[in-house]
Amino acid sequence: MNTATHALDPHGAHAAAPTGILRWLTTTNHKDIGTMYMTFSLLMFFVGGAMILAVRAELFQPGLQLMKPEFFNQLIGVHALVMIFAALMPAATGFANWMIPLMIGAPDMALPRLNNWGFWLLPPAAILLTLPFVLALFGIGDGAVATGWTLYAPLSVQGGIGVDFAIFAIHILGVSSIMGSINIIATILNMRAPGMTLMQMPLFCWGWLVTAVLLIITLPVLAGGVTMLLTDRHFGTHFFDAAGGGDPILFQHLFWFFGHPEVYILLLPVWGLMPHVLSTFTRKPTYGHTAQVWSFIAIGVLGLVVWAHHFLTAGLPVPALLYFMYSTMSISLPLAVLFFCWIATMWRGAMSFETPMLFAVGFIVLFGIAGLTGLVLADVAADAQYHHSYFVVAHFHYALFTGGIMGVMTGVYYWLPKWTGHMYSEKLGKLHFWLTVVSFNLTFMPQFFLGLAGMPRRIPDYALQFAEFNAISTVGSFILGLSQLIFAYNIWRCVKGGEKASDAVWEGTSGLEWELSSPPPHHSWETQPVSKA
Amino acid sequence: MTTLNPRARGLYRFFAGLGLTLAAGTALADYTWNFPKPVTPIGRDTLSMHNQFMIIITVLFVVVFAIMIYSMLKHRKSVGAQPASFSGPRNALQWFWVLVPFAILLFIDFVLMGIPAFHAVIDMEDTRTRADMVLKVTGLQWKWQYEYPDSGIKFVSTLTTPRAQIEGTEAKGENYLLEVDNEVVLPIGKKVRILLTSTDVIHTWWVPQFGVKRDAIPGFLRETWVRIEEPGVYRGQCAELCGKDHGFMPVVVRAVPEAEYAAWVDKKKTEMAAAAAGSDKAWTKDELMAAGKAAYDKNCAACHQAEGQGIPPAFPALAGSKIVNGPLLSPDGKLIPDSHVDRVMNGKAGTAMQSFKATLSDADLAAIITFERNSFGNKKGDMIQPAQIKALR
Repeated sequence: MNTATHALDPHGAHAAAPTGILRWLTTTNHKDIGTMYMTFSLLMFFVGGAMILAVRAELFQPGLQLMKPEFFNQLIGVHALVMIFAALMPAATGFANWMIPLMIGAPDMALPRLNNWGFWLLPPAAILLTLPFVLALFGIGDGAVATGWTLYAPLSVQGGIGVDFAIFAIHILGVSSIMGSINIIATILNMRAPGMTLMQMPLFCWGWLVTAVLLIITLPVLAGGVTMLLTDRHFGTHFFDAAGGGDPILFQHLFWFFGHPEVYILLLPVWGLMPHVLSTFTRKPTYGHTAQVWSFIAIGVLGLVVWAHHFLTAGLPVPALLYFMYSTMSISLPLAVLFFCWIATMWRGAMSFETPMLFAVGFIVLFGIAGLTGLVLADVAADAQYHHSYFVVAHFHYALFTGGIMGVMTGVYYWLPKWTGHMYSEKLGKLHFWLTVVSFNLTFMPQFFLGLAGMPRRIPDYALQFAEFNAISTVGSFILGLSQLIFAYNIWRCVKGGEKASDAVWEGTSGLEWELSSPPPHHSWETQPVSKA
Repeated sequence: MTTLNPRARGLYRFFAGLGLTLAAGTALADYTWNFPKPVTPIGRDTLSMHNQFMIIITVLFVVVFAIMIYSMLKHRKSVGAQPASFSGPRNALQWFWVLVPFAILLFIDFVLMGIPAFHAVIDMEDTRTRADMVLKVTGLQWKWQYEYPDSGIKFVSTLTTPRAQIEGTEAKGENYLLEVDNEVVLPIGKKVRILLTSTDVIHTWWVPQFGVKRDAIPGFLRETWVRIEEPGVYRGQCAELCGKDHGFMPVVVRAVPEAEYAAWVDKKKTEMAAAAAGSDKAWTKDELMAAGKAAYDKNCAACHQAEGQGIPPAFPALAGSKIVNGPLLSPDGKLIPDSHVDRVMNGKAGTAMQSFKATLSDADLAAIITFERNSFGNKKGDMIQPAQIKALR
C-alpha cells in the first residue's frame, strides 16, 4: 500500500499522518500528547469534582439525606484518587510535554513512543477506578474502594472488589508516571540547546526534573505496598496482619513514603512555572534563579524523609516523633526561599494583572496559608488535636487546590495563547479567577474552624454544633464547582478562535518558547536553536 | 508557656479582629472558633501552644503579604513604574537583608515553636510515671469496649441515637450522634493510663477536650494518658475511617468526683455478677427470644439490618441463610467449624464479621443465636442455653 511506504519515509510521514481518531491514538508528537493529557485532566477534574459535590450536598445538613455511609466512603476516596492521579498529575505532565521541548529547544521528547504509551495507559486506569460504581448498579460487587485514598490496612484487606480495582489502577498509573518521568529526565539531560547549561535551564524544567526523580524513587514503593495488600487480600500473606506477624502500621510507612513526596510531585511543576509568570508580568528578570533550583532540590530531598508526620497519632516512639517534627519544620526554610524569590521578583517591577498573573498572586497568598498551617501541623502535641480532623482537610486543600489546581490554571491561561494562537477572553478569565478565589475560601476556611471544634474527617453525618460551618462550606463548594464551567468554556472558545496572539504573546516574556510562532508549527525546533543565556 | 501574657493577648485579639487569622477567633473564650474548653493538662498545653502558634503564623502572614501588596500597588505598570533589572543580592548589605528573614524563620521554627513543642511532646508521651488507674479501650466496628483491669469491669459502649433521627423522620436531640448507652466513668484528678487496641481495623479514640487522640491498632497496644480536672460529660468520636459506620461510634466520658466513682464501680460490679449468674440458669425460649431481639438490634442490626436482610454482598442476609439454618452443634455438643455458632462467637477472618466471644456475655450470645434461628422467616425451632456457650469458650 502506498501509505505504508509513505509512513516509512520520514519526509513523507507528514502527508501520510493519519487523521481523525487514529491520529490521536498513534501520535508521538509531544504537542498532540500534551493536548491529550490536558484534555484528559480537565475531563477528570469535572468527574472528581462532581463526586465531591455529591459529598458536600450530603454534608449540607446533619442527618443522612442523599446516600448511605458506604457510598459516601466510596465517593471521598475515589474523589481523592481521581483528583490526584487523573486530574493534577496528568495536567503537570501535559505542561511538561508541551513546554519542555519548546523551552530547551528540542524537536520532541526523547522517547516519543513511550510518551504515547504513557498517555494511553491513563484512560484504562481511570476506568478501573470508576468501573466498580457501575458494576454495583448491576449487582456485581459492592461498589468502588471505600477506604479513603490512603487504603489503610486492615480496612482495605476487609474491603470489596473496589479495593482490587484501585490497586490495579494504581499499578497502571504508576507505570504511566514512571515512563513519563524517564522520558522527561532523558529529554532534559540530553536534548538541551547548545549553550543552555543545567543551571541556566528554565525553572519550569527544573521543577519537573526534581518531580521526575521523586516519582521514580517513590512510586515503586507505593506499587510494592499495594501489591503486598493484594497478596494479603487474596494469597494468604500477613504483611499487615499482627496475627500472622505483620504490622498494620507498616502499610502507613510504605504509603506515606510515597504519599508525602507526592505532595511535592504535584507542587514542584507549579513552583517551577511561577517564576516564568511572575517575570513576564513584572517585566523583570526572575529573582534568585539558582537559589530556587537549590530549593527545589532541598525540598525534594527533605520531602523523602518526613513521611511519618502523616500518622503522628499512631503511637510512634518519642525519638521518632521528635525527628519527624523537626525535619518537617525544616521544610519551611527552602519553601521560604521560594516565597522570598517570588516576592522579590515582583519588587520594583512594572506589574500588570492579566488572568495568569491574578492566578499567580492568588496562588502565592493562599498557598501561603497551606504552608503556615503545615508548620503548626508539624508540632506533634498540637497535631494530636488537628489530626484526622477537618483542620487537615482544609490544610491540604489549600495546598493542593490553590497550590496545585490554581497553579495549573495559571499555566493554562499563560500558555493557552501560545498553544492555540488565540487569546482567551480576559473578561471571562478574570470572572473565573474572582469566583474561584472567593468560593474556594468560602468552602475551606470554615473547615479550619470545624476541625478545631472537633469534627473528624470522613464522616457522612455530624453532630449539631457543626451544622452552620458545614452549610457555608457546601454553598461555597457549589459556587466553586460551577465557576469551573467558565474555565472550560473559556478554553473551548480560545481553541475555536478569537483574537490572534503574537509570537511573544505577553509583553514581558523571555525564553526560547516565545520565539516560535503562536501556535508553534507541528514540528518545532527541527533546527536546533542556540540558547542566548 | 501555658498562659499568654497580656500583651500577647492584645496582639492576638488585634490580628484576630482583622479577620485574617486562619484559626483564631474573635475571643479566646468563644470556642466556636477554637478548640473546645480543655479539661486536662495536655489539653490546656495544646490550646495555649496552638494559640501562640496561630499568632506567630498570623504575624508572618500579615507581614509577608503586606510587603507583597505594597509592591503590587506601587510597582505596577499602570502607575508608571519602570521595571528594575536586579536578579539577586548584589552586595554585602543586600545579602544581609536577604538572610535576615531566614535567620528569623530559623529562630521561629526551632526556638519559638520548637522548644514548647518539644516539652509538650515529652509531656504527652509521659506514660512511664505512675498512673493511678488503667483504662483499656478496644475499638470494634463500630463501638468501643472499655475495661477496668483494677475492678474487672468490662462493657461495650454503643451509639443510642435512634435511626429515625439520623434519617430525619424525627427531630434531632441535643447530643445527636454523640450519645451512648454505657458511658465511660472516670474519677477526676487521677492520672488514668489509657491502653488502646482494636479487634478489627484501625480506629482512633478522640475526646477533643482532653487534647488526646490515639490510634487503636489491631494486634498492638498503644498508650496515652489523661488527668481530668473538672467533672462533666465529655464527648468525642472515632477519628480514623473504619468502615461503614465510622461516623456513628462516639466516645462519651463522664468524669465524676472520687466518691461517686467508687459508688459507680460497686454498682457496675453488682450488675456484672447478675449477668454472670445468667449463664448458669436455664432460660426459657421466650426469655431468650426477647433478650435476643434487644441484643441483636444493638450488636448485629447495623450490618445485617433490622429484618435480617443484610446489605449483600458485604453484609450477607441472615433470612434464609444456609449458615443460620444449618445444624446448631455436633451430636456430642461440640462446635462445628463455620457453623452459625462458630461465626457468631469467632467471626470470619478478613471480613467485617467480628468475633463476639470477647465482647458479649454468654446470655447475650445464646439469646442472639436463638433469636436469629427463629426470626426473619428462619424456623429452626431449636435453641441454645448460655451454659452451653460457656462450655464452648
